[in-house]
Amino acid sequence: MGNEIVLSVSHLSKQYRKGVKAVDDLSFSLKEGEIFGLLGPNGSGKTTTILMLLGLLESTEGTVEVLGHNPFRTPLVVKRQVGYMPDAIGFYEYMTAYENLDYTARFLGLDANEREKRIKASIAKMRLTDRMHDKVKTYSHGMKRRLGLAELLVKEPRIAILDEPTQGLDPQSIREFLSLITSLRDSEGMTFLLSSHQLDEVQSVCDRVGLFSRGKLISFGSVDALGEEHFGKEVLIDLQAEGKDDLELLLKKQKGVIGVDRQGDNHYLVTASEDIRPILAQQVFSAGCNLTSLEMKKHSLNEIYQLAYKEASNE
Amino acid sequence: MNKREGSALTGLKVIWLKEMQDYAGNIRMIILMLLIILTAGASMYVAAQTLRSFVGEDSFMLLNLFTISQDPIPSFLSFISFLVPLTGIALGFDAINSEFQNRTLGRVLSQPIYRDVLLFGKALGAVSAMAIILLALWLLVIGCAMLFLGVPPSGEQIARAFAFYVVTLLYALLWYLVGMMFSIIFRQSAVSALVAIALWLFFMIFWPMISQLLAYAFGGGDSFQTAKLEVVLGRISPYRLYTESALAILNPSTRSLGVVLFSQLQGAIMGSALPFGQSMLLIWPHFTAFLATIILLFAIAYVLFQRKEIRM
Ligand SMILES: Nc1ncnc2c1ncn2[C@@H]1O[C@H](COP(=O)(O)OP(=O)(O)OP(=O)(O)O)[C@@H](O)[C@H]1O
Ligand SMILES: [Mg+2]
Repeated sequence: MGNEIVLSVSHLSKQYRKGVKAVDDLSFSLKEGEIFGLLGPNGSGKTTTILMLLGLLESTEGTVEVLGHNPFRTPLVVKRQVGYMPDAIGFYEYMTAYENLDYTARFLGLDANEREKRIKASIAKMRLTDRMHDKVKTYSHGMKRRLGLAELLVKEPRIAILDEPTQGLDPQSIREFLSLITSLRDSEGMTFLLSSHQLDEVQSVCDRVGLFSRGKLISFGSVDALGEEHFGKEVLIDLQAEGKDDLELLLKKQKGVIGVDRQGDNHYLVTASEDIRPILAQQVFSAGCNLTSLEMKKHSLNEIYQLAYKEASNE
Repeated sequence: MNKREGSALTGLKVIWLKEMQDYAGNIRMIILMLLIILTAGASMYVAAQTLRSFVGEDSFMLLNLFTISQDPIPSFLSFISFLVPLTGIALGFDAINSEFQNRTLGRVLSQPIYRDVLLFGKALGAVSAMAIILLALWLLVIGCAMLFLGVPPSGEQIARAFAFYVVTLLYALLWYLVGMMFSIIFRQSAVSALVAIALWLFFMIFWPMISQLLAYAFGGGDSFQTAKLEVVLGRISPYRLYTESALAILNPSTRSLGVVLFSQLQGAIMGSALPFGQSMLLIWPHFTAFLATIILLFAIAYVLFQRKEIRM
């Protein structure tokens, strides 16, 4: 990851004409080559933020700078280098997939050969080659979304902004998509900003995430850092042992153990103030049990998300 | 800061070409073309039949083809003045809201183009399509004229036919822009189509009645005043502007389009033709009114579209 800041937002606010304050005093920045996840419940202002980053919506207050430019004042420079995939994606249904991509590629000022090369390569990457000369009206929802990703690849942008990119994709396509963006980040140094509801996917690829609630960023940082922020330095230890009926009491007595959650017959989840795996192993052993598994678990984004929103709504 | 980088018209050609291409295979266009060819053909045939008996007597044979009618078939001009607005509206009524409905707007506008270029490109595409259709129709008329009547039209007749072509194209553009404007205002294309057609019918059918009533009400009993008022009010309707201009162009003996005082006619030879330049002077105000309306409509569409939110 480079250190160059490619996108920065400061004190950004948007109030829609009907009075809804959709984004409220938002500030953050992205470094080159970073994958950033924008998370939040429905209506929390993710799409509104994205549209302002692209200069497609005017902000009420605050500034946006993308690659050193204001996207609302100098849209062409920004739009040339930023790819966007909207959450509600559509194509000209009476045109083929290839024609659709060719139409938008023409705006990039590429010559015919270059367009053909890029479009074919992108369509192949999204596994649509055998359908590329079919009209888009014959496409399924997920295929249209894959075509949207192909369009993004044709542009070869420096920053890609994707609004709920995995929605409607099958598990294989999701896996492919996630590995595609990490490989693009690694090979081209592309920066990604994606909004999503699929927390485990986001967790697996995002370097940092921002949690949105009612237009405000309530948490921002790497998943680990957020875990620490909301759960303190506590660690979760997943322990499985066979032999004795109940290890719960024994485990609870150990120094440093905060809580024990029994997950199954021989399965315990221990919350501890630090990593006390060696001690736990010893105890289990001396109690005459067989230790079958001992793992330290990170707080999942899901748990962080739940807790963060509980905290936010209590404030 | 506000200066536009790159060309302000980046991408215009791309949109223009796509719009033209869209129209080429469009079922809407095919139906309209069939309708125009059918009606124009019928009225031309009737006009030619009527004219044949007068060959040699009239020096404006070609122009008569446009205006002569024989019951029950209306003249070519009446068909055109009816079908041209319909074509304009048919091309424009879903120009923008179809992009919303297809959810293509976000994708297209995130490409390196200015937002207004989409409007320009669409209008340009529609004008080009209509220009081509009308040109084909005109060539057909002139061809028929030579075939039926056996005399080549004079230079002046060609010039007048061309002027008629330009005015008709402007009239078509005006209604296209009305359709486009409503396609920005209303999200549903059925609504924008209905409103545009309602406005057209209003100007064609109801406004003449209303302007007459108003003229009587405010004319103060003076018949000359009433008539003048009626002309002024009536010309608010683009339909009236168009038919008056067409009449002045196609019928060279038209000497005035307003209320004529008897004193103005003194010295004029009744029925004598006005030279081409004089006829053009006569419709100059109409022509500028058309241009002004077109610019105004485009400006309104532009402002509405700039303020429109992209999202669904
Ligand atoms: N055109 C509009 N006019 C008025 N209010 C709007 C408009 N568009 C969005 N809003 C409001 O702005 C807020 C944020 O909406 P936004 O679409 O940005 O949320 P989101 O986080 O993208 O939600 P989702 O997860 O459902 O996509 C919501 O309260 C919404 O009602
Ligand atoms: Mg959204």
